[in-house]
Amino acid sequence: MNLTMLCYLVPSLIMFAAGVYGFCTRKNMIALLISLELMLNAADLNFVVFNRFLFPGSMEGMFFTIFAIAIAAAETAVAIAIIINIYREVKNTDINSVKQMKF
Amino acid sequence: MDSLANIILYFVAAIAVIVFSVMTVTSRKILRAATYLLFVLLGTAVFYFQLGYEFLGAVQIAVYAGGIMVLFVFSILLTRRPDEKAPLLSTHRRGIGVALALVSFILLGLALFYMPFLSGVSLAQSIEAGATIDMHTIGQTLVGSDKFQYLLPFEAISVLLLACIIGGVTVARKR
Repeated sequence: MNLTMLCYLVPSLIMFAAGVYGFCTRKNMIALLISLELMLNAADLNFVVFNRFLFPGSMEGMFFTIFAIAIAAAETAVAIAIIINIYREVKNTDINSVKQMKF
Repeated sequence: MDSLANIILYFVAAIAVIVFSVMTVTSRKILRAATYLLFVLLGTAVFYFQLGYEFLGAVQIAVYAGGIMVLFVFSILLTRRPDEKAPLLSTHRRGIGVALALVSFILLGLALFYMPFLSGVSLAQSIEAGATIDMHTIGQTLVGSDKFQYLLPFEAISVLLLACIIGGVTVARKR
């Protein structure tokens, strides 16, 4: 048996679909962020797999993934800061409890 | 032909990734969801190591499994009790979620199986054909300014991270 491209793309596909499901059904904001990370991770894995199997001589996919990981870290930090700030105002993190902003 | 150890490692990582990513979005306790997400990220790191990108696997473990997961766990424990369960989903909401997930799964799956450049090359062959990726090459590529080198994104990321530190502190500080 050979490990081909498809072997790596199928887990990534399932990861992405699970992320979509979580993003539509979750109500807690942190759980939404977790689903978002799943989808981002699936996209990262795809970049690396295409790089390895289609263009093995270059490294563009790998660097895209490194930059994507750095940006995901920045995005998560700011999003969690906002969520904690919202928690101070309304005392929970449900997406439905944020009906209006201050201004 | 790939070695047996590689194939076994692949199946362990693939099954872990699939099972835990489904459990991440279905678990009702959010701290458990975060733990399952950690296992998914570690499984992805195993994939990266297996594909020959050791530096990327290390970055994945250090930044994702180390940094982001700590942020998640801290914010979960700051905002709710750990044994608190999410309320049961209404069938309407679950129906929408399942429908959208199925649509994306089927569309992307069709695109995957009819992809014109889907290659049947095995992992061992493509690693054989690939350039060696050592730390020297990665460092040169990251801070070089020639074609296919990444000095500008590297510096842009450093400014972004600085902005994110200041923004995080400003948004979350006590007034």
